[in-house]
Amino acid sequence: MKPPRFDYLAPRTLDEALAHLHHHGDQAKILAGGQSLIPMLNFRLAHPGVVVDVNRLTDLAYVRQQDGGVAVGALTRQHAVERSDLVRARVPIVAEACRFIGHAPIRHRGTFGGNLAHADPASELPAVMVALEAEMAVASRAGNRAVPAGEFFIGPLTTALRPGEMLTEIRIPAAPPRTGGAFVEMARRAGDFALVGVAALVTLDEAGQCARARIALCGVGPTPVRARAAEDALVGQAPTTAVLDEAADRAAAATSPPSDVHGSAEFRRKLARHFARQALAAAIQRSGGR
Amino acid sequence: MPTTIPIGLNVNGIRHELNVEPRWLLVDVIREQIGLTGTHIGCEHGVCGTCTVLVNGETARSCLMLAATADGAEITTVEGLATGETLHPLQAAFREAQGLQCGFCTPGMLMVAHELLRENPSPSEQEIRESISANLCRCTGYQGIVDAVRLAASSQAGAPAAR
Repeated sequence: MKPPRFDYLAPRTLDEALAHLHHHGDQAKILAGGQSLIPMLNFRLAHPGVVVDVNRLTDLAYVRQQDGGVAVGALTRQHAVERSDLVRARVPIVAEACRFIGHAPIRHRGTFGGNLAHADPASELPAVMVALEAEMAVASRAGNRAVPAGEFFIGPLTTALRPGEMLTEIRIPAAPPRTGGAFVEMARRAGDFALVGVAALVTLDEAGQCARARIALCGVGPTPVRARAAEDALVGQAPTTAVLDEAADRAAAATSPPSDVHGSAEFRRKLARHFARQALAAAIQRSGGR
Repeated sequence: MPTTIPIGLNVNGIRHELNVEPRWLLVDVIREQIGLTGTHIGCEHGVCGTCTVLVNGETARSCLMLAATADGAEITTVEGLATGETLHPLQAAFREAQGLQCGFCTPGMLMVAHELLRENPSPSEQEIRESISANLCRCTGYQGIVDAVRLAASSQAGAPAAR
C-alpha cells in the first residue's frame, strides 16, 4: 500500500526540529532513515499526524572521539558507522554488529539513532549498546538528558523517549584495557531478523582471569536481555571450558524467547546458549590475552 | 487538494522539478511523475529489493524513501546503466548468462550488482550471493544471476574501458 496522508515538516536545524516536536507532541513521528517507519506507513500500521523529517540535520551525522570513547551522532548512517575507522579501532563490536542489519541498501539509509529509537526486540544495536553501557543523549525543548542504554529500552518498539524528545547522540564509553568483544547472531537468511544475537565483552586481568564481563542478547525477549547472572559466572574466574559453559547456560536461562514459525522458544533458547558460548570464546580470544 | 511541495531530483543526469505530495514514495515519483518504469515496485516494504536505485551513488530501496526526503538527490535508475542502445556490460552479462527469466527482479538485481562490482571488481561467489541476498528472485534460483555477475566481473577485468 501507500502511506496515509500526513503533514510534512523538514527542519534544517535541531532547534527547529525540537520546536516542531514540542508543538505536535505525540502526533509527531520522527523520520530519519525510514527503513522501519516507511514500511509501517506503507502497511498503514502507523498514522502519524505529522512527520518530522530530520534528514537535513546533517550536523547530527558524525563519529568522533569523546572522553576516550566514541560518540556517534544519531543521524549517522549505519553503513558509515560500519566503515568508520574510529569505530573499528575503538569499539569493533559495533562495526561487527552493523553488518547484520538488513542489507547494504538498508544500511545506506538506516541511521544509528533511528535503529535504537525504533527499539525492535530482534535488532542488534540495542543489545550491543546495553552490553557497552552506552549513554543515549536526548534533547527536547525542556532541556537535555542522558539515559543509560540499560534503561532506554522499555518494551517492543518502546523506549524511554517522551513526546517532544529526540535521540541526538550515542556515547559509548572507552573499554578497559585487555577487553575483547564479539557479536554473533543466527538468522534464517543473511539480513533477516535475528532468531538470536549475542553481544559479549570480556576484560581479562593481568593473570588472565575475567575481571569484567558484559553480555546482552537480542531476539529473545521484549527488550535486549542483559545476562547479569552469566556475567557473574565469569568474573574472578579463569575462562575455562567449564566456566564458559556455565556462563552460556546462565545466559540462555535469562532469555524469554518467542515461539513462532521461524523457531520455537526452546530452539531459540538452545541457540542462545550456543551463540553465547561462541561470543564469549571470541571475546576472550580478542581480549589481547590468549 | 492535498498540499504539494516543490522538489528537485537529478535522475540519470537529468534535472526534474516536481511538485509532490509528502506521502509519495520515491519509487512512485520515478515511475509515475518522471515516467521511468524500469524501476519496479514489488513488496512496498523493503523486502524484495526490485525498487533498488542509487541515491547519491549508494543503493537504496526507493519504496522506503519519501520523494520529499530525496529533494536535491542524484538518483540513478536502471535506465541510467545503458548507453543509448548499447547495454551496460552487466546487462549484457545478465542476457548472456540467463540472469533473468520474467525480469521482474532484474532492475534491482542490476543496481545491487552494479554497486558490488564498483566496490569490489572481483568478488567471490560468496560475496556475490551475500550482495544479492538483499533482493528476491522467484524464477532463476539465483544461479543464473550469480553467473551473470561473475561473467560481468571477468569481462570488466578483461576490458578496463567498460564503465
